[in-house]
Amino acid sequence: MTIPHPPATRVTAALARRGRWRLPEVAFWALALAALFLLPGRYLILNEIAILALFALSLDLLLGYSGIVSLGHAAFFGLGAYTAGLLARHGVAEPVVGLFAAAGAAALVGFATSFLVLRGSDLTRIMVTIGVALVLGEIANRMAWLTGGADGLQGIVMGPVLGTFEFDLWGQTAYGYSLAVLFVLFLLARRIVHSPFGLSLCAIRDNPLRAAAVGIPVGGRLVAVYTLAAAYAGVAGALLAQTTQFVSLDVLEFHRSADVLLVLIIGGTGYLYGGIIGAVLFRLVQDELANLTPQYWYFWVGLILVVLVLVGRERVVATLAAPFAGLLRRFGRPVREA
Amino acid sequence: MLTLLFDGIAYGMVLFILSAGLSVTLGLMNFINLAHGAFAMAGGYVTVVAMNRYGVPFLAALPLAFLITAAVGLLLERTLYVRFYGRSHLDQVLFSIGLVFMAIAAVDYAMGSSQQLITLPAWLQGRVDVFGVAVGLYRSFIIAVCGVVVVVLQLILTRTRFGSRLRAAVDDQRVARGLGINVNLIFAATFAAGSGLAGLGGALGTEILGLDPTFPLKFMIYFLIVVTVGGTATITGPFLAALLLGIADVAGKYYVPEFGAFVIYTLMIVVLVLRPHGLFARAR
Amino acid sequence: MAPALRTIGLHKNFGGLVATADVSLTLEPGARHALIGPNGAGKTTFVNLLTGVLTPSAGRILLEGADITGESAHRRVRRGLARTFQINQLFRDLTPLETIGLAVSERQGTGRDWWRRVGTKGAVIGEIVAIAERFGLGDALEERTATLPYGKQRLLEIAIAFACRPRVLLLDEPAAGVPEAERHEILAAVAALPRDVAVLLIEHDMDLVFSFADRISVLVNGALFRDGTVEEIARDPAVRAVYLGEEADA
Ligand SMILES: Nc1ncnc2c1ncn2[C@@H]1O[C@H](COP(=O)(O)OP(=O)(O)OP(=O)(O)O)[C@@H](O)[C@H]1O
Ligand SMILES: [Mg+2]
Repeated sequence: MTIPHPPATRVTAALARRGRWRLPEVAFWALALAALFLLPGRYLILNEIAILALFALSLDLLLGYSGIVSLGHAAFFGLGAYTAGLLARHGVAEPVVGLFAAAGAAALVGFATSFLVLRGSDLTRIMVTIGVALVLGEIANRMAWLTGGADGLQGIVMGPVLGTFEFDLWGQTAYGYSLAVLFVLFLLARRIVHSPFGLSLCAIRDNPLRAAAVGIPVGGRLVAVYTLAAAYAGVAGALLAQTTQFVSLDVLEFHRSADVLLVLIIGGTGYLYGGIIGAVLFRLVQDELANLTPQYWYFWVGLILVVLVLVGRERVVATLAAPFAGLLRRFGRPVREA
Repeated sequence: MLTLLFDGIAYGMVLFILSAGLSVTLGLMNFINLAHGAFAMAGGYVTVVAMNRYGVPFLAALPLAFLITAAVGLLLERTLYVRFYGRSHLDQVLFSIGLVFMAIAAVDYAMGSSQQLITLPAWLQGRVDVFGVAVGLYRSFIIAVCGVVVVVLQLILTRTRFGSRLRAAVDDQRVARGLGINVNLIFAATFAAGSGLAGLGGALGTEILGLDPTFPLKFMIYFLIVVTVGGTATITGPFLAALLLGIADVAGKYYVPEFGAFVIYTLMIVVLVLRPHGLFARAR
Repeated sequence: MAPALRTIGLHKNFGGLVATADVSLTLEPGARHALIGPNGAGKTTFVNLLTGVLTPSAGRILLEGADITGESAHRRVRRGLARTFQINQLFRDLTPLETIGLAVSERQGTGRDWWRRVGTKGAVIGEIVAIAERFGLGDALEERTATLPYGKQRLLEIAIAFACRPRVLLLDEPAAGVPEAERHEILAAVAALPRDVAVLLIEHDMDLVFSFADRISVLVNGALFRDGTVEEIARDPAVRAVYLGEEADA
């Protein structure tokens, strides 16, 4: 039984509960940090996971919180990667500067193209997002004098992070750097989704008609979140370019947009940790399967997708996660009946 | 110049045959089937295997491509697709992308990742000169075959009982069910026919579009352009869209190769934003 | 003083179907106005035109004298025009608490705060509590909206429209589909709306219409068929024929 509170305090408490830190969350981040010292030899894959997680987190802002289906999110990832790569190649070696530039460039293009996805059905949104990614891919391909075209952008030299932490051969700095960026951007996203602005995004996702009818400027909010998500994806791409010191046309390709969607779907949408958990699972499974049949990895990706939706995304994730259901709920995973 | 136009028309005709099935899936079942290209690829590989491994003549390989892909389409429709008609577009997209990935990897595994070639019969090779315009024989053949298919499709849609039921079902599924039309049967039949057409398109297109395991992804956007730009209300819409796309693509690659496919993608986005129901759709 | 709401020659057609035909209607400030008409008469379409869900084919809409015809849906809400939906349009995954909070903070202009946590503005909290109590939602505040009983969902529909603090409130069959036993709760909430808000009520139950309204407009085939006081409409034989008679048949 709850102790009877004055209603206002009860309401405040109920609203505050949404954004409270829970123990498993703290434990998760502590674990991720511990890996920086306890798992030498695994830094490369940890770094990739952190980057993929950030990319999926950015898609979660769109799909999970705002209900926008995108199949071209790689556009912003790739744009960020090329921006950071080109900056480094032309003498700006400070990684953090590169991150800001990548975020800015991706946000700019995200803002400009957000107006294309404002209206229209899922189908037009899917087509337009694919189209934007294709256009960027085509531009990168044609501007080979700048981007290196099909050979990729080579000769990226990074300086130490913040002038202090040199990138090492084992990737310890790389992982630490990516993890730090992921954590900071995660905190920001967490803050945003628990704000009135974030709540209004959920409202738009649930019912745009009603959202407009309570005075929420639906178009403006979607433009804002699309721009934000683009910036996030841009940063993820920049991290990839900086930590691997290479960018190829691959960063803009369709399969990357599809991968990140799968990652997010595996982890579950709408609670921020879905992208991170999905990234861990995806890369670990990929590592296993790719050892068996390196070039046929996509068969298994496809199979996972088909089975996942055939049985019902919510149901599969719920069943697999059943032993951890209580835990996941404490991560803030929304409980929805199928 | 005229040769270019001719090539563009042939290309557009193949695109139409390839996408016709998709336009029905989308219009009839409101299903976003990104795996449509996989059926086209299947048709292409059926032709390649039949001709190169079993020595089937080209003309016999074409109906074979149609029939086998139609059968595969029917099977998949009854077992898998049927479960997704009422589901969210996100689920449909995830499901069909999954199919594409599986198809690509499976074909890669079975046939290797290299480009597949077929040898056309001698009477389809080369060009002839018609009033000073060099006309490719194979392209004339494509235009003839596709022309026949278009006419037959149009006749089926407008003159047969099946066609009128199909149109009723596209217009309003609930009303059609109310009238006692077996919509499920129509779904299955059109899906199979659409897959078969895609297979036929893949077979015809092997020579001019190329064929390798990435085919479904490489051309996915083209199919989608045809149906979204053309709209799903009629077959003339997608037909015109396919012709336009074919001519624009061929001409674009010839005159402004430095832009590549850029122009086409941009045009598609513009059309989608300005006319979300398609360029040729009736105003609602 | 300008009328609370006025339409001039409002017209809407869907292809060949005329859903709203040249409707000119005036709502005085604080009015209790009922809009009646047979099924498919175009009542919901009219509300959709007023609130910006649909764009009229012709005609103008004035809210307190200002032309809002071209304005976006959310601007109209900010100017004081709110509505409920005939078929529930709620945020299924949110709680009533969050839903009402959204409407309140949007109206207070703090809805786009992105750095502040939800629930840290005393002014919003106070208003949520007051609204919840007014509409009997106090116990259900923290449930997921999709799991609420239907009657409560209907009340929430009205509560969020009320939370927009409208000058004009459009109620599209607020008690539609509610079981007999729970109707009175909704009717009481409607009857208790503040007197200075002009209310346009769409309703099929004639007893309710007569007890609530002081003016009635009758819509038939999209056109304004009659417009008058309760007594005039009740006495009008033509109205009886097209509408009341029809109800008697049913
Ligand atoms: N978006 C639309 N497209 C086409 N026709 C529509 C649309 N919305 C409504 N209609 C048609 O307009 C007419 C008026 O419908 P409306 O819903 O406004 O009636 P109503 O008076 O609210 O009826 P009810 O009492 O059943 O709620 C109907 O014939 C309906 O089929
Ligand atoms: Mg109605």
